[in-house]
Formats: sequence, C-alpha cells, structure tokens
Amino acid sequence: MATVQEHLQSLMGNRVVETSGSSLSRETWNRLRHNRVALLGLGVIVFFVLIAIFAPWLAPYDPRATTWFDQIRPSSVPGPSREHLLGLDESGRDMLSRILYGARASLVIGVVSLAIGASIGAALGLLAGAFGGWVDSVIMRITDVMLAVPGLLLALSIAAVMGQSQVAVMVAVAVPNIPLFARLLRSSMMAERQKDYVSAATSVGLSRRPLVMSHIVPNSLGPMIVQGTLALATAVIDAAALSFLGLGSADPGVPEWGRMLANAQRYLNVAPHLSIIPGVVIFITVLGFNLFGEALREALDPKLRR
Amino acid sequence: MLTVRDLRVHFPIYEGVIFDRKVGAVRAVDGVDLDIADGETLGLVGESGCGKSTVGKAIVRLVPITTGTVTFDDIELSKLEGVELRKARRHVQMIFQDPYSSLNPRQNVGSIISEPIKTHSLRHGAAVGQRVLELLDAVGLPRGAAHRYPHEFSGGQRQRIGIARALAAEPSLIVADEPVSALDVSIQAQVINLMEELQQQLGLTYLMISHDLAVVHHIADTVAVMYLGGIVERAPADRLYTEPLHPYTLALLSAVPVPDPVVEDRRQRTVLQGDLPSPANPPSGCRFRTRCPFVQPRCAEEQPTLRELRPGHQVACHFAEELAEQRVSVR
Amino acid sequence: MSRIINTNEPLLVVDDLKVTFNTRGTAPVRAVDGVSFSVRAGETLGVVGESGSGKSVTSLAILGLLPERGVQVEGAITLDGTDLLKASERELQAVRGRRVAMVFQDPMSSLNPVLTIGRQLTEVLRRHNVCNKTEAPGRAAALLDRVGIPEARRRLDNYPHQLSGGMRQRVMIAMALACEPAVLIADEPTTALDVTIQAQVLELLRELVSESNTALILITHDLGVVAGMCDRVHVMYSGRIVESGERHALFAQPRHHYTRGLLASVPRLDLVGGKLTPIPGSPRDVIDWSDGCAFAPRCPAVTEACLGGPPALEALDDTFVRCVNPEPLGESMWKVG
Repeated sequence: MATVQEHLQSLMGNRVVETSGSSLSRETWNRLRHNRVALLGLGVIVFFVLIAIFAPWLAPYDPRATTWFDQIRPSSVPGPSREHLLGLDESGRDMLSRILYGARASLVIGVVSLAIGASIGAALGLLAGAFGGWVDSVIMRITDVMLAVPGLLLALSIAAVMGQSQVAVMVAVAVPNIPLFARLLRSSMMAERQKDYVSAATSVGLSRRPLVMSHIVPNSLGPMIVQGTLALATAVIDAAALSFLGLGSADPGVPEWGRMLANAQRYLNVAPHLSIIPGVVIFITVLGFNLFGEALREALDPKLRR
Repeated sequence: MLTVRDLRVHFPIYEGVIFDRKVGAVRAVDGVDLDIADGETLGLVGESGCGKSTVGKAIVRLVPITTGTVTFDDIELSKLEGVELRKARRHVQMIFQDPYSSLNPRQNVGSIISEPIKTHSLRHGAAVGQRVLELLDAVGLPRGAAHRYPHEFSGGQRQRIGIARALAAEPSLIVADEPVSALDVSIQAQVINLMEELQQQLGLTYLMISHDLAVVHHIADTVAVMYLGGIVERAPADRLYTEPLHPYTLALLSAVPVPDPVVEDRRQRTVLQGDLPSPANPPSGCRFRTRCPFVQPRCAEEQPTLRELRPGHQVACHFAEELAEQRVSVR
Repeated sequence: MSRIINTNEPLLVVDDLKVTFNTRGTAPVRAVDGVSFSVRAGETLGVVGESGSGKSVTSLAILGLLPERGVQVEGAITLDGTDLLKASERELQAVRGRRVAMVFQDPMSSLNPVLTIGRQLTEVLRRHNVCNKTEAPGRAAALLDRVGIPEARRRLDNYPHQLSGGMRQRVMIAMALACEPAVLIADEPTTALDVTIQAQVLELLRELVSESNTALILITHDLGVVAGMCDRVHVMYSGRIVESGERHALFAQPRHHYTRGLLASVPRLDLVGGKLTPIPGSPRDVIDWSDGCAFAPRCPAVTEACLGGPPALEALDDTFVRCVNPEPLGESMWKVG
C-alpha cells in the first residue's frame, strides 16, 4: 500500500505547485510581470520619472539659456541638428533640455496634485465608508456639489484667486480629484462591508477601528490604486492644458510642456517640430500611465483572482 | 442554553428623493421562539426568503433586533451594546455559507485564526501560535497552512479555516449558516463529519441553518421549519420526518429528491403551487394559506399559533389534528 | 471506445468528444477527455458530476457555445446525420435553438433585463421563423401557458426582475421550447431554486419529455434529481465518464468507487442516523488519465494496477465501469433501516 501512495504522490507531484504563502499583492505582481502591455506602460513611467529626476544631468544645456536667439528668424526656426538633437525653440533655447526639464514640472504637478486630491478624497471616503448614516449622506452631498462644478471653470477661478503659479495649477488639478477618490473609496468600502469576512470579524468582537483599518480598507484600495495611476495621466494632460491656457508658472522661462505647445502655435507652419515634439512627449507619457493603469485594473480584478 | 423569545427583525423600507421616509417594513423574522439545550443541535430549515439566515444573524447580533430577546447562558445578548457586546460575542460564533467571501483575502490563515485569540486575549505571546497550530490540527488542515493565503485553498479547506476561526474564540454556541451548501457533494460530508466530531469533543451547541432537509435531518436533534418569518413546526428530527404535521413540512419533505430510484418511483408528490409571498406584505391569518393545498376559510382570518400537539412536537396549523389522521409519510 | 447501443435510433450521438483549453502561459487543460454517449427521443439522460468533471463543458460543446479562441474541440457530435463540429456557423445557427436548446442554471443572467419577456420570446419565435409577426404574441402566451405560468398574456409585459426565480426558469424553458427542439439540454436547471420550486420545474420537465417526446439531457450534481428523473445515468469524473447505466441498475449496485463514494457521502432523508462516509481530498486532487485512473488519489480501493495507464470503460453486468478494481457484486450498499 505504501508503494501505491508513493507512486500516487509522484504522479500528483507535478500538479501541486508550491506556492507557500503567496499573498494577493505578490500574485498581482506576478500577473503584471507576464503582461507585456503592463511592462510597456511601466517602462514608460519609469523612463519618465528617471528623466524628471535626472534632468539636470541629462540636459545638454541650460533650459533657460537663450544663447542661440540669433539663429531664430520669423520665417525659420532651426530643426534638429548635431548640437541640438531636437532643435531650438522660438526663443532660441535648446528644445531637448526644455523637454527634459518639462518632465520635472509635469511629474511634480502630477504627483503633488494627486497626493492632495487622493488624500483629501480618501479621507472623506474613509469617513463616509466607516461611519455611514448621516456622515455618509453629508459627505456624499458635498462631493455631489463638487462634481457639479466644471473642472476647467474651477481651475480658472482658483488661478484667478491664487494668481498665476504652479501651485495654483496643482490645486486646480487636485480639486476635481477629491470627489472622485472619495466616491471610489466609499463605494468599494460599502461593497467590502457586505462580505462575510467583515461579518465574521464583527462577530469575533472586533471594534470599529481595527475592523475598518485592517479588514475593510486594505481590501478597498485596489480601485484607488488603479484610479491613482489613471489620475496621474489626467494630471499630466490637465497641467499641460492649464499651462497651454497660460495658467502655469508666472515665469515664462520655466519649461512646461503645455506652455511649449501654446508658444509653438504661431510657428506651426514654419517649425512644426515645436508643436510635434511636446505633443508626442505628452502623448507617450499619458499613454504609459493609462496602459499601466488598465493592466493593473486587470491584474487586480477579483473575477480573475479565483 | 440558548433561549430566543418573540424575536422580530423588521427591515424598514425607505422612500423619498431628499428626505427618506419610512414607507413600510420587510418582516424578515416575525415572532420566533427557539430553545437549544447545551450540546444539542437545532436545525432551522426553510426556503430562501423565509428568514432563517436573519434569525442566525440576529442571534450573533449582525442585524439589528427589532423586538424580542436572545439569551445565552444567562447573558441577555439582545440587550448588550458597545464593549460589553464585543466581549460577549466570543461565546457565540458563526460559520458562513460562502467559503470565498468569508475569509479576508489579504490575511494569511494564521492571522485569520489568531484574530479572535488576540482580540479576547485568550492566549499571549508564543502561546498564540501554538493555539493556531492546535486549531489547524483540530479541523484537519496541515500546519503549514498558517503561512498561506485563503485563495491557495479549495472550497472545503476554506470552510475548515472558517471553522477554525470560529473555534478560536472558544465559543459555546456556533451558528452555522448553510455551512456546506456551497461545497461539492463529495466535500459536504467531510465538513458535516468534522462538525459532528467537534461537537462531541468540545461539547458545542449548534444552530444549523440550511435549506437542505437531508443535511439537517442528519445532523440535528431537533428541527424547526420556518416559513415567511415564522416557525410552522418544531419536532425531534426523526419525528418530523416520519410524522410531519404541518402541510408545508409535508410538501417540503416530498419535494426533496432521494438518491434511490426505488424510493423515487414509489413516492407521492405534493407539488406546491405558486411562490413565496412577499415578506413586506404577508398574507393575513396563516402565512402559508396562499399555497396550502388544504386551505380553509378560517386560515385567512386567524393566525395559528405554535401549539404542542404531541410531547416535544409543536405545529402552527389550525387543522393539524385532521391532517394527522390521514397523514402521508415521506417513504 | 465502447458505446451504449440502443434499439431505437439515437437522435444525438456524441462520439469521443475531447475539449482542450489552451490558456496563454499555462499548460493546456483537457476539460472533456473522450466522452461518448447518445440520447433517443423521449429519453432522459442524466449526466452527474462535481465541479471540474467536464459536464457543463460537454453541453456547451454540443451547442457550439464554447469560445473559438484557445479551445480545441475534437471528436464528433452527430445530430440528424450531420456532424455539428464540422458544421459552419450558419448551419449551427439553424440547429441551435431549433433542434437543440439549452436551459441554464441561472435564469436571471440568461434573460435580458431591459426587455420584456414577451419581447424576448417573440424574438426567438421570429428568428427561427416559427410564426409570423401577428401570430407571435399569441404563440408566446401559449408557450408561457404550457410551462405553467398563470395569466400568461399579462406576464408577457413583465420584465425579468418582476418574476420570481422559479418563474424565470419557466420562462427560460418556454424560450427553449419555442421551436419544439428534439433535444433539450438542461444544465443544473434547478440548482438555484428552492426545493418546492425545484419540484415544480422537474415536474414540468417530466411532462415535456412524456408529452412531446423530447430527448432530455439533464446535467446535475444532485444524485437525488437523477434518481427520480433519468432513464440512464452517466457519472463523470475529471473529464471522463467513469460509470454509466440504467438508473435502477446503477443506483442499486454502483461498481465504481467514485459513484459509491458520492452516494455514501450524501445524507438521505429516508434513512436514519449513521455516519456519512466522505470521499477524502477534493475534486482538485487528480492525476492525469494517461498515468492511470484520475480518481486514484481519492479512491479507497486503489491498487498499483490503477496507476498502469488509463482504464477503459468496460461492460460489467448491467453497467459500464471505468475501473480496474471495481466493487464486486454483492448486497445493496444501503443498510435500509
């Protein structure tokens, strides 16, 4: 009999995969690792972040230096050359250096505005989701009001109040995120609340704080993380749009992708590369965040998890 | 010893655009009395929507009790609030139906099982881990399971984890809400046997809630049949199946298929017509009268109360005696 | 491969059906591994199995409802002399719904929630040109009436959510019957329903078989349902039929240890007490059929011979058994008392 059992074990052996203690986050990472789209998105994001961090070392010239202004004519702006890989801009500054530094502005605006939006939003959502009842009703009505105000109008008013600065842009990009994150966290907490493991934890005798913080919240964060990635993409676009409209930094020397697009408008016929280069860069960055966000959503999807 | 008296759980129905206004109530549980002696198993059966799960959840205080009392070992559970309630919860634990949603996917098994131990300070330091291993042994899981996550286990193993979590609180009463109905047929018996063994070893008292009459018949000492928020019949398990007195019990029993063609071919079937009425708007008088094959005018006027027809055998039907004369047994 | 041969001409013949799922990044999974059976008009065939047995995949393969990408279907499924696996999508559509229809487990997700049931029924009738536009509502009402829905005319204007689970399953059956199919496949038709409603639906299916001479393939995990409903029963495990036979013969003397295990692990309402004998392990604990019997890891009577390659489905007295060490004929396994 022992031999049969051993034989069976050897036959089943190749089926039993040793997955001792693989947590959900590790499983998610494993799924992401095998997803080419996710890797591509992640690659773009990492590339973008590295450029933003190391811009001073990577940039061949000072992005504010108008050293080559004498080469600019109303009828021609020099395109890519050996000295200036992406050519010059309309003020005679090195385009590559401005693009590299522009990544910085985008990253800072994106991260800061996301941090503001997501943290305030999450705090509101957490309160609504943890307490429910009238707390929930009040918070949700506040977010309804916030959602009813058009984002661009809000941004313009914030800029009008705070004056033209990158801080104003950050706030303007952050505020519309607040109700989105609040509703998202609240709704996923409400969904988790219905699940039996929460009932089980309640009937074990846990008080509200550990119940919410160690059971409900960790399981409600998945959609928040996905939304965060996608919100970064939107933040990059929104920041570009606002600086395109002239709401960016008060100092015109500060390189911002959106402003570069705006300034390039007049030269669209003469020097299309002035528009195309920042346009393509914005496009690729946003696409990277979106690809990764979507892949993350897929990897976290509970339907695939079972 | 669990005593439930006149338990009512009504879920309000709200309506309104800005201000919610109570327009009615779903009477999920509407006047239920239960008694379970120590070490006994009471089976609570009925179809979906009859309120059997709500009874279980009210006893463990997971849904608000509208009126009525739940007393367990001289603690009036239905009265407690706040810290006192949380402390008392330890004595009454629950096993859930869905082995997937009943375990936190982000907690490993050791952490799931140790949570009740830590919450109630039942063990300290290294003794907690030791206790977790004991519990894993008790429910027949390998000790290595402690470091694994729920999604690495099959449905039957997950249900064992849920049982270990319930046992960790060292309860006297376990409310098991459909503990096997989500499992594969060949796994159900494993869990049923495990529950029986644990009851013998630890002297547990069970409230077994199930739609599966065969399972309840097998495991329970006493069976209570629920219909639309109320108990219609209660009897020792064997008696209920050999001498059902309520027409609903009769119909339920005849509807359960038996895995034996010989029995199936011989059976008389009482196929009930229609569906369960809405518990928001239950019929007047006897709740079962809209589907009862033996309905009389009196059934619409007067609500029958649960009365003892034979020793230990109670039934809520005006005409139970008449029906008993020409009774039809399952076989 | 042996096949059960009937005196009557079989309507639907499934021959050596194999279904393989190829998921990217993982080893191919053979969900159905050489299943053969046939069904005659007016006959009810039971297919019993647990999750992973391949019973539902078999029914989806018959209707050609498996996704084309990543799924490989081999063998032959013959209906009215044509092989459905070789038929074009056009030919399949003519067969699907008309000659073979299916009732699924979950009636809520099988019905479109935004259309009235009358609209959904008439759509089926019109698609298969059963009747013209003016006749359709009348036909639809007649169908609802036939499946025992009271006030059929009024019900046509209802949306699925306005009906109870049992009513929805009746609507599903009415839709399946719209074209008077020769073969009706019911995949766990009563699993989502309460026992008293299950009894109603099973009664309805029984009537259909006897009145319309429909061939019914009933797929279920519930041995009780099979015992009372089916003429012949196939027990599936890990993609193969492990035992099959006429229901009385099969239930009286199950020879395969899986069938015996299943019967011993369900409590019976009509028998008192006793301990249940569960099958150890879970349906996940299987070995490859090419290495031996897939049930061997859970089998109480496993021997070294069980691991010497795939066992064949062999005729054994009254049943067909896929086991090298079947339970000998003896007394009934039931200690009735």
